[in-house]
Amino acid sequence: MSYLEYNVKTVPSGWRKALHLNWPLVLLLTAVAGVGFLMLYSVAGGSFSPWAEPQMKRFALGLAVMFIVAMVPIWFWRSMSLVAYLGALFLLVLVEFFGTIGMGAQRWIDLGFMRLQPSELMKITLVMFLAAYYDWLPLNKTSRPLWVLLPVLIILLPTALVLTQPDLGTAILLVTGGGLLMFLAGVHWAYFGTVIAAGAGGIWLVFESRGTDWQLLKDYQFRRIDTFLDPSSDPLGAGYHITQAKIAMGSGGWTGRGFMQGTQSRLNFLPEKHTDFIFNTLAEEFGFIGGFSLLLLYVLVLVFCIVSALQNRDRFSSLLILGIGLTFFLYFAVNMSMVMGLAPVVGVPLPMVSYGGSAMLVLMVAFGLVQSAHIHRPR
Amino acid sequence: MRRTPKETAESATRITRRALMLGGAQLAFASVLGLRMRHLQVDQADEFRLLAEENRVNIRLIPPSRGRIFDRNGTIIADNEPTYRITVTREDAGDVEQVIARLGQLVELDGDDLNRALTEMKRTPPFIPVAVADRVAWEDISRVAVNAPALPGVTTEVGLSRVYPHAETFAHVAGYVGPVSERDLARYEDPPPLLRIPRFQVGKVGVESKFEEMLRGEPGTKRVEVNAVGRVMRELDRREGEPGADIQLTIDGGLQDYIKARLGPESASAVVMDLEKGDLLAIASSPSFDPNKFVRGISVPDFAGYRDNDHRPLASKTVQDAYPPGSTFKMVTALAALEAGVITPDETVWCPGHMEIGTRRFHCWKRVGHGHMNLEESLRESCDVYYYDLALKVGIERIAEMGRRLGLGVAHDIEMSAVTAGLMPDKDWKRRERGQEWRIGDSVNASIGQGFVLTSPLQLAVMTARIATGRSIEPRLVKTINGVETPTRGGADLGLSPGHLKRIHRAMYAVSNDRRGTAYRSRILAEDMRMAGKTGTAQVLNRVVRNEDVPWEERDHALFVDFAPWDAPRIAVSIVVEHGGGGSAAAAPIGRDITLQALYGGTPPLDAYPAADRSRIEALQERLERERQEREAQARSRA
Repeated sequence: MSYLEYNVKTVPSGWRKALHLNWPLVLLLTAVAGVGFLMLYSVAGGSFSPWAEPQMKRFALGLAVMFIVAMVPIWFWRSMSLVAYLGALFLLVLVEFFGTIGMGAQRWIDLGFMRLQPSELMKITLVMFLAAYYDWLPLNKTSRPLWVLLPVLIILLPTALVLTQPDLGTAILLVTGGGLLMFLAGVHWAYFGTVIAAGAGGIWLVFESRGTDWQLLKDYQFRRIDTFLDPSSDPLGAGYHITQAKIAMGSGGWTGRGFMQGTQSRLNFLPEKHTDFIFNTLAEEFGFIGGFSLLLLYVLVLVFCIVSALQNRDRFSSLLILGIGLTFFLYFAVNMSMVMGLAPVVGVPLPMVSYGGSAMLVLMVAFGLVQSAHIHRPR
Repeated sequence: MRRTPKETAESATRITRRALMLGGAQLAFASVLGLRMRHLQVDQADEFRLLAEENRVNIRLIPPSRGRIFDRNGTIIADNEPTYRITVTREDAGDVEQVIARLGQLVELDGDDLNRALTEMKRTPPFIPVAVADRVAWEDISRVAVNAPALPGVTTEVGLSRVYPHAETFAHVAGYVGPVSERDLARYEDPPPLLRIPRFQVGKVGVESKFEEMLRGEPGTKRVEVNAVGRVMRELDRREGEPGADIQLTIDGGLQDYIKARLGPESASAVVMDLEKGDLLAIASSPSFDPNKFVRGISVPDFAGYRDNDHRPLASKTVQDAYPPGSTFKMVTALAALEAGVITPDETVWCPGHMEIGTRRFHCWKRVGHGHMNLEESLRESCDVYYYDLALKVGIERIAEMGRRLGLGVAHDIEMSAVTAGLMPDKDWKRRERGQEWRIGDSVNASIGQGFVLTSPLQLAVMTARIATGRSIEPRLVKTINGVETPTRGGADLGLSPGHLKRIHRAMYAVSNDRRGTAYRSRILAEDMRMAGKTGTAQVLNRVVRNEDVPWEERDHALFVDFAPWDAPRIAVSIVVEHGGGGSAAAAPIGRDITLQALYGGTPPLDAYPAADRSRIEALQERLERERQEREAQARSRA
C-alpha cells in the first residue's frame, strides 16, 4: 500500500500536528460561517433564534469534528474509503424505506438530535472512494474502458438512488463531482467528449419526453426549467421566487441597504431566505461589496485547497483534496447561479452559510480530511 | 500497491496539469458569477430598487368624512355618526369558536352576520380582522372593552356612517346613501378608487345623489409598508384628505316637519315657495320612508313593505309625479285670453250647466249652471263653461304658451331625483306623439286642466308664484354650499299686464274670502295674512258618481294652490291630495293651515282661523305638538 511512500519520521506526531494544520483554511472557513451567522441573525429579524444559535452550535461541533478527523492519519481514512462509501450507500437505501418525507421527497433520517441526509454524506464518501480507487489503480490502466466503466458505476449507483428521492440538485452535484474527479485522475479526453455529446443528446431527449408517457422528469422539475427560462411567464407562481430573488439582489446596489434593512427578506418577499436564498439577503443588505466578498472567500478556500493538493505528492491525498475543493466549488457555484437567475432552482444550499445541519457537518468532516492530508503529507 | 518514484512523479505531473486546468475553469466560472453580481447589483440596481419599493409600499385610502346637509336654519338633516364594529382577528384569537361564544354572552350576535364572518375568516389571511357585529351600541362596546383580557383577538373599530336624525321628514329631498353597487360604478368610466373601499356609502337619490362628488370630498392617502402576504408592518406617511362640502338647503325644517304631520296618512304632497328668491321652504311627499333603512342596504321585507304600499311612500310626488291640474289651471287659460285680448275681465259668459261643441256636450261641474259669469265670478265659483268659451276664443297654442311662461311643461332645475317636465300639450305635441290632429274638444278639456295637461306639485307652486309676482321665479333648493350662497336664477319680469294680474289676484282672493268662493270655508281671518287661492278637482276616471261611492284609487285628486298675503305676497303654496276627493274639501284646508304656519313661522294664533274651525284646529295643533315631541324624543334617543 502506498503509505510506504510516506516518510513516517517526517510526519509530525502528537499535539505537534496542530501546528501543521492549514490554519489559514480554518480561518477562511470560520469567516464564511461567520457570514452565515450574521445573515441568519438578520433574517430572523435580529434574533439568534431560531437559526443563528443552532447554526453556531453546529459549527462549533463541526470544528471539533474537523480537528479530530485532521488528527487521524490520512492513510487510515484511505483504508476506510470503501467502508464509508458502502455505508453511505446503505443509508441511501435505508432512506428509501424509512426516510422522513419533506418537501415532497424522502431525504433524511431523524436521529433525534439532527436530521441526517445520507445524500450529503455520499458527496464526500464518493470523492473519498474515487480518490482511493485511482490511487489503487495503476496509472497505465486509468483510461482502459473496463477501468473507466467501474468508477462510472460507482458514481451512477448512488446518483440513481438520490434521483428516486427525488433530489435533482444532489444528483447533479454527484455526477458532476464524480466525473470531474475522473478527469483529474487523468482519464482520457475522449471519454469526456463522448459524455458531453451524449449529455447534450440526453437533454434533447428529456425535452422530447415531455408530455409523453415515458416522461423523464417530474412535472415540477419541468416547471422549474420553464420558469428558469422565463420567470416572467409565471410572476405569482413558481417564477415568483426567481423574480423576488433577483429584486432582492439588485436592490442592494453597491453598498446594500444596511444590516437588517433589506426589505425583500425582512418582509418575506424572498423565499427560503434562511436556506437556499440566503445569499440574496446578504447581497441585499451588504450590496455588491458584501456579495463579492463572500465570493472571494469561497474562491480563496478553493485556491487554498488546490495549492495544498499540488504541494501534496501523495496521489490519494491530492485527489481527495481536489475532489473536496471541487465539491465545495460546485455547491456555491450552483447555488449562486441559481439565486442569480443563471440556473434553474434545484435546491442546493450555500455551503457553510445556509441553515442546515447535515451539509455543514459533512463539509466540516471533509475539510477535516483535507487537513489530515495536509498534516500527513509526504515531506 | 507500491509506486516507483518515477510513477509518483508521473502521477503528480498529470494531476498538476489537470488540476490547473480545472482550477482555471473554476476561477473563470467564479468570475462569471462576479460579473453577474455586478450586472444585477450595479447596472440594474435602480430598476430593482424601484421594484422592491413597489413590493413593499402599499397606498391605502383614508375615506373623507362626508359633507353634512342642513336646513335653512342650520338644523341638521344628514349627519355622520360614529358606528362601532366588533372584529375578530383569527391569529390573535387562537380558538375562534370559543372567543366568539364568550363574545356572544356579552353582546347579542346576529346569526347571519356570524356565519358570514366565519366564512370570510376561512378565506382571508389570519391577520385580517373580520367584522362579526356591525352598528354595535356604545354600551356593548364598553362591555367588550372591559372584558378585553378574556377576548383575545377581539377589537372594536369606529367608522363614520350616515344618519338622518329626522328620519322620514326630509327623506324625499335629501335622499339617502347606500353601499356602492355595480350600477354606481357603471356611472363612471374610471370609478374613483374610493368607491372600492368595503362598506363605502354613496348618494343614491335626492340631494345625496345630485351632490355626490361634492359631498364625498377628497380621500386622504397613507403609505404603508406591507410584507409578502399583505400584512401591514408600519405606516410610512399620510396625507389627510378633504372632507366633503356641507350643503344647506332652503328648506325650513320646522315647516317641513309640520307639513309631514299635517298631511298625515294621506297620499299627498305639498310645496311651499318663498317669493323673494324662489326658495323652496318645504317640499314634502306623504307618506314618507325612513332613509336610515337604506344606509346599509335595505332588507327585503322592509323594501317590499314600501314597494307594495298603494300610497307609494318611496315616490317623491312633489317633483316626479304629474297630475291633471284641474281647475287650478284656470288662471292660465284666463291669463292667456286676457293677454291675447280676446276677452275683457268684465265680459260675461252664460253658463247653462253645459256647452255643446259639435256633437259633444261638455258639462260644467254645476249641472244647473252658474248663469252669467265674468272673470272674477268664474274663477271664484270655478265655472267650467266660462273656460270652455275662452278655449274656443283663444285656442290651445296661446294657452300652452302661457302655461310654459308660468312654468308648466318644463322640468325645473332643482337637485332632486326624477324631476318631471309634466305635459303642456299643443297641436305639435299631439301630432308628434299621438299621430293625431288636435281637436277642439282637446282644447276644451285643457282649458279646465283636464285632458292631456299634466303638472307636478312643484310646477303648480311655481305657477302660483309667477302669477303672484309677475316675475319668472325659479325654484331654489340649495341655499349655500360650504357657506357660499348659491345664485338665484330667474326673477325677470314675465311681461304680463299688471292690470290683468291684479284682476286674477282679486278673483283668487274671492275664492278664499268671498262667501261664494270654493275655498271660503278655508279662509284666513288675520287681516294682513289673507290668502288668494284656487281649488281644483282632477278627475281620475271620467264618470259622474260621488267620490264616496268608489274605491280609494278611483276617487278624484284634490288640489289647491294659493299665495299669501294676497296684497303683498310672500309665499306660494301648492297641495295635491291623491284621491282626496274635492279640492275645496280635501286640499284647501290643508293649504290654509300650511300657509298660516309658513307665514307665522310657527304655530299661528287661533284667531287667525274662522270661528267654526277653531276647536278642530286646536285639537289638531295639540295632536301635532304631541307628535312632534314624540318624534324629537325619538331623534334624541337615536343620536
